[in-house]
Amino acid sequence: MSRVPKPPEGSWTQHYDLGTAPISYEDSISAEFHQLESEAIFKRAWLNVGRVEQLPRNGSYFTKELAVAKTSVVVVRDQSGGVRAFYNMCRHRGNKLVWNDFPGEETNGVCRQFVCKYHGWRYDLDGALKFVQQEEEFFDLDKADFGLVPVHCDTWEGFIFVNLAKEPAQPLREFLGPMVTALEGYRFGELTERWFYRGPVASNWKLYMDAFQEFYHAPVLHARQTPAEWSAPAQKAGFEAPYYRIEGPHRVVSTSGIRPWELSEAQRKPIEAVTRSGLFGPWDAPDLGEMPAGLNPSRADPWGLDSFQIWPNFVILIWGQGWYLTYHYWPTSYNTHMFEGTLYFVPAKTARERLAHELAAVTFKEYGLQDANTLEATQTMLESRAITHFPLMDQEVLCRHLHKVAGEWVDEYRAESAGVGI
Amino acid sequence: MLPEDFSDLEPFASKWCLATERERYAERLATPMADMQALYDAILPRAEDAIAYCDKFPLDDMPEDATNLLHLLYSMVMVSFPVECWGQARVPDTGAAYLDLVSEPGP
Repeated sequence: MSRVPKPPEGSWTQHYDLGTAPISYEDSISAEFHQLESEAIFKRAWLNVGRVEQLPRNGSYFTKELAVAKTSVVVVRDQSGGVRAFYNMCRHRGNKLVWNDFPGEETNGVCRQFVCKYHGWRYDLDGALKFVQQEEEFFDLDKADFGLVPVHCDTWEGFIFVNLAKEPAQPLREFLGPMVTALEGYRFGELTERWFYRGPVASNWKLYMDAFQEFYHAPVLHARQTPAEWSAPAQKAGFEAPYYRIEGPHRVVSTSGIRPWELSEAQRKPIEAVTRSGLFGPWDAPDLGEMPAGLNPSRADPWGLDSFQIWPNFVILIWGQGWYLTYHYWPTSYNTHMFEGTLYFVPAKTARERLAHELAAVTFKEYGLQDANTLEATQTMLESRAITHFPLMDQEVLCRHLHKVAGEWVDEYRAESAGVGI
Repeated sequence: MLPEDFSDLEPFASKWCLATERERYAERLATPMADMQALYDAILPRAEDAIAYCDKFPLDDMPEDATNLLHLLYSMVMVSFPVECWGQARVPDTGAAYLDLVSEPGP
């Protein structure tokens, strides 16, 4: 018997018509499927690569390695303050244009122009080729024809997206759709205290997305993160989200929260009272004004979080306690990926605020490490194919949807490729 | 290293006044539980006074000894997990997992 209301169909899974049969994770253990995902998904969808605050002034740039598309892009604040992206590649002999020490490592900085390390070709911030060493010895070379190759780039609420397609099927805002764009107005631009975590994970990218888009696991896997007086009843009760929403390829789970300051001392850890903070964030939340209409759809009070799973590999998770974080899952092979977690707070003005952020951040990592390590254990056994189909319960509805969408995008690509004889 | 009022915490300062999470996490993994318990037991009752002391200064212009004290408070947070949750330095069952904090806010 559920504690929170379910849709009239009796379950979220049936409400969104996702089928109830056990599902296959062949899409996460097949090198062939991964190849198709590269073309069908990562070279077609809008990909978030950062935020505008990472480009504070004209000439600020950062590079983004996109191993899944076997490429690298450089994102730059151009001469008129706009944000542009280019393939990170010199037009002369194909050298990677912007890198330091190790070509595969991402970098950032500020420059007036990009200079190729190899033969000194120079490009301005708008991508135009401005200087060619010993230009007179080239043959019919018109510099106007040899600018950096642009990548489609657009921003939404300060988030910078690129699209590697020749022509994106949809503009960014249309791709995000009304469920995601209902976040507009959240004061992302004021939450500029940034904590950037990164770690390699020995699993398919979708398996880590699964880990963070269901909370069925939370009372079990994370039980010891809280005192037994809290975790034992929590585990007995199980987890139920008050709201799931699916729209197009994107998904949202919304959870109710807690008021840790109202708990007994036996139910919370001493460090939480000392720092007035914890997993859910600082107890003393900043005033971010009115929340946008798209947040906390069940009007939970207290409200925990809304996790927006933005197709394909980007998550914006907004906490009720006035901060947010993002996840990115960048595939590096069919059974490995690079995970990025970035925390954003209103910049601390006092040591007390900064310490509260410290506990929230350290707690995030303790949870993240627990989540990450189950993934290698899952990936290796899935690859044994000893079992091929797995049941999912209603709180795992978003996992079911993710794998369905991945299959659909790959199927569509296959059909188009067959149609044009590729 | 610490302000005069916190001389009782001075024995922990040279080991635990560390400016980055990477250093604090490494120190945690390299330190026996008993030593982390000792830091935890010493600083937790002093934390409120220490926070109040640090709060006398603007966060972006703290004297060195107050910054050290704040870094010691960060280490309190770091060791709280082994002490309060795990009974060991490492998060249980996370032998193969890494999550590096690449950039973090000061001070």
